[in-house]
Amino acid sequence: MTPLAVAANESLAEISNYLIYSSMAVYTLAFLAHIAEWVFGSRSKVGRTAAALTSTPAAAAPAVQVRGKGTATAVLDKPKVVSRGAAGGRHVPDGPGAAGGSEKGDLYGRIAVSLTVLGFLIEFAGVVARALSVERAPWGNMYEFSITFSTMAVGVYLALLALGKNVRWLGLVLVTTVLLDLGIATKWLYTDSDQLVPALDSYWLWIHVSTAIFCGATFYIGAAGTALYLFRDSYETKLAGGGKPGAFASSVLERLPAAATLDKFSYRINAAVFPLWTFTIIAGAIWAGDAWGRYWDWDPKEVWSFVTWVAYACYLHARATAGWKGRKAAYLALFAFACWIWNYYGVNILLNGKHSYGGV
Amino acid sequence: MSTTDKTTPAAEPAEPAAAEPAERAAADDASEAAAGAQLSTAPAEDTAGPVGIGLLGWLRWFWRQLTSMRVALLLLFLLSLGAIPGSLVPQTHIDPLKVEQWKKTHEFWVPLAEKLQLFEVYGSVWFSAIYILLFVSLIGCIVPRTWQFVGQLTGRPPGAPKRLDRMPVHATWRTTATPEEVLAHARTLLGRRRFRTEAAAGGSSVAAEKGYLREAGNLVFHLALIAILVAFAWGKLYKYEGGKLVLRGKGFSNTLTQYDDFKPGSLFDADGLPPFSFTLDRFDASFEKTGPQRGTARTFKAYVTWSRGADGTPTKAEIEVNKPLEIDGSKVFLLGHGYAPVVSVTDPTGKVVFKDAVPMLPQDANLTSSGAIKVADGYANKDGVKEQLGFTALFVPTFAGEGSGTMFSQFPELANPRLALNAWHGSLGVDSGLPQNVYRLETSKMQQFKDDSGQPFKQRLALGEEMVLPGGAGTVKFEGIERWATFQISEQPGNGLALGGAVGAVVGLAGSLFIQRRRIWVRAVSGPDGVTVVEMAGLGRSESAKLPEELADLAATLNQQAPTAPDPEPEEAEESREGERG
Ligand code: HEM
Repeated sequence: MTPLAVAANESLAEISNYLIYSSMAVYTLAFLAHIAEWVFGSRSKVGRTAAALTSTPAAAAPAVQVRGKGTATAVLDKPKVVSRGAAGGRHVPDGPGAAGGSEKGDLYGRIAVSLTVLGFLIEFAGVVARALSVERAPWGNMYEFSITFSTMAVGVYLALLALGKNVRWLGLVLVTTVLLDLGIATKWLYTDSDQLVPALDSYWLWIHVSTAIFCGATFYIGAAGTALYLFRDSYETKLAGGGKPGAFASSVLERLPAAATLDKFSYRINAAVFPLWTFTIIAGAIWAGDAWGRYWDWDPKEVWSFVTWVAYACYLHARATAGWKGRKAAYLALFAFACWIWNYYGVNILLNGKHSYGGV
Repeated sequence: MSTTDKTTPAAEPAEPAAAEPAERAAADDASEAAAGAQLSTAPAEDTAGPVGIGLLGWLRWFWRQLTSMRVALLLLFLLSLGAIPGSLVPQTHIDPLKVEQWKKTHEFWVPLAEKLQLFEVYGSVWFSAIYILLFVSLIGCIVPRTWQFVGQLTGRPPGAPKRLDRMPVHATWRTTATPEEVLAHARTLLGRRRFRTEAAAGGSSVAAEKGYLREAGNLVFHLALIAILVAFAWGKLYKYEGGKLVLRGKGFSNTLTQYDDFKPGSLFDADGLPPFSFTLDRFDASFEKTGPQRGTARTFKAYVTWSRGADGTPTKAEIEVNKPLEIDGSKVFLLGHGYAPVVSVTDPTGKVVFKDAVPMLPQDANLTSSGAIKVADGYANKDGVKEQLGFTALFVPTFAGEGSGTMFSQFPELANPRLALNAWHGSLGVDSGLPQNVYRLETSKMQQFKDDSGQPFKQRLALGEEMVLPGGAGTVKFEGIERWATFQISEQPGNGLALGGAVGAVVGLAGSLFIQRRRIWVRAVSGPDGVTVVEMAGLGRSESAKLPEELADLAATLNQQAPTAPDPEPEEAEESREGERG
């Protein structure tokens, strides 16, 4: 590289750092806006869950109007579809969301989402600048994994929002973890931008590592849903049993979607990512076959990828098995995600195998 | 669910009006169960104890347990837990040296660890037991499921349950079209959407089903797992794998005797080694020269000339870290590299008894390297007595400078090489028949040369320098430096099968998780006022947001051909049917 190019690259790397710090500032504002959303939302409390759980089924919400109404107009309503929850499940309506129906809360929520979009764009630019500065995929060390990881997690969340899914309840949790992740990345994992060691210099880096990070980011969103499901489920169980949850619990949990909704949400996320995770492991194996001559050698990183994979397979099986739905399956999902996180931090830093490119 | 259903518009005509509510509910339940039957091939959960007497009853019970989903789940969970210790305790097959070190630092745990085969977790009895049981369970599960699935493929979707409004999704409207028209349109519509359809015998409803690929995908996925396991086992049994250190300018030919270490699979036949050879013409390594990652490797490249058999045409090739050379199914991988100082040794008379490049084993990223120089033959001491010489050597490609004291290399390239030697004489112990580590000097039968003050004699040599052994025992000269590279040569059969299995697993999984198996029913009957009432309902295999959307879409399309009829009377329109919201 010519000295000029080096200088250019160093300034790009610097720009990348500034962008990452700026995104942290914006995410912090988003965090505060979310807090405001939750705080102002609490003013308008609606005890819908308790009402739904204590009322008799016959008096449940009015049936959906099925037939068309207007007889005079030529255009009649399309037939409407009535869905029922799964048999045996609680029939609980979803909470109203963090804003809780308060206009002020909703305004703050919208501000938070807008700030998250801005933070995402800045962080994304930071990752791109980093990639340009090193002229390769920005996934060569743990600092780079971490900034890509949070960018992808926020990207998935925003994509779900854009698709019209009801996921705003996830906002506060997500922004908090993103700040945590970026804090750890900039404080402890920071590595100056540089080129790759030969073992990483392969097009499989693009395929294997990008899908691995994407899977982790999406699994994270699933895990966050699962954790909230567990809280919300206890809350509903308590209400159904005639208990009285604390004021804080009621205020926060009341506004989350119903346990069944959260459960379904995490299941769909995990099930959708699982085939990609399978592919990631296979891609890694093919790469290992090229780099080291053995496609599977039970290196710590491989072991933990396998453990994560089997744990998620376990979770999917559990969902298909009568006695294991609900909380037990949720614990399995959290265990599986814990394995993923350990594979990321623990294995890179504490165990050294062939994958010891932690760069810390 | 409400049991008061006076408003059901499409009461089954066959249903006796006077039936007791309880009886009717039971009939409804049965017809619902039938509607959901055979929607998957997952085995029913079976919690009953052993039935029948004697061994056979127990065996049957055991087999049923083993092939149940619950036990599969348990075994899967055990498999994930069982894999963990192998990442925490060093494994012999990966790094035997590390295992030795671990044993030294964790002496207390060694007996237990050995008993539990913790140094060979993935070949241990208990780990094997878990996965073998799992795969027996898998086969025991897959075979009946496959037959069942074939049965479903040739079967027909079950008829509409009596109460369509008890299905998870449901829609109804009144239409001006006749029931026959509605059902004919429904059948065409569903057929066009690639549902398998079946008209009910009575002619009042149509049943349709779609998404058989879900089950097929699931079966393919589980079969692919078996294929991967078989490929893995086959590869383990028939593979060969060996390592060879090659000095620049030197060659290697693929026969058993040439390997430094050789690990064949238990069924590998050494005659099966494909005949080829190569020489290492050049080796290039470059390293980061500046910045915080100074010294990190940037490129490694081995330039070789290879040929098939004894007299094949020589071909030039480059081997890089991610780019092995492939010859007749065997792959040659570049694994490591290092330096080999060229050393010459003379005896007291000045005759050169040894001159060779001696590879040193790298100890750190900057290639601080250690090794041993062994002069086994041709040396006689001052008194003319035959003896052997040995030197423990430490080599650094970039020395920090005199006075800094440490013998750690500062950079992996040859900027300021030094070779530090300790000299020994006596017996190398190479004739004892025990295999010896070429990088270590076995000093139990040797004496160290001492300097005048009685201290062990040692010296640090720059390139071209010579050291004179005490008492005129001879000289040692640091003549030059060669490079070496280590290669792994291996062949593992079954890779194709493993890859095929892997692809099958991903594709099958995608089918299994993304495709919904679902049933749709359409019923059209004339209501009491002569207007046709259309009812549609859907039932899916598992949670999906798509089914309501799909039913809504189907209903809307069908609604175009069976337009909504005006409401008969205002009061009745107000009273819509009761249902629960989920
Ligand atoms: C080798 C270990 C196994 C792995 C990694 C594995 C993995 C999976 C996965 C990921 C799924 C989810 C697909 C879906 O939800 O449709 C699944 C489904 C299923 N597995 Fe396995 N499995 C294994 C062994 C077994 C065994 C031993 C059985 C039989 C006892 C079994 C029976 C089933 C069944 C019936 C389903 C379908 C469940 C449904 O229809 O939702 N699996 N398996």
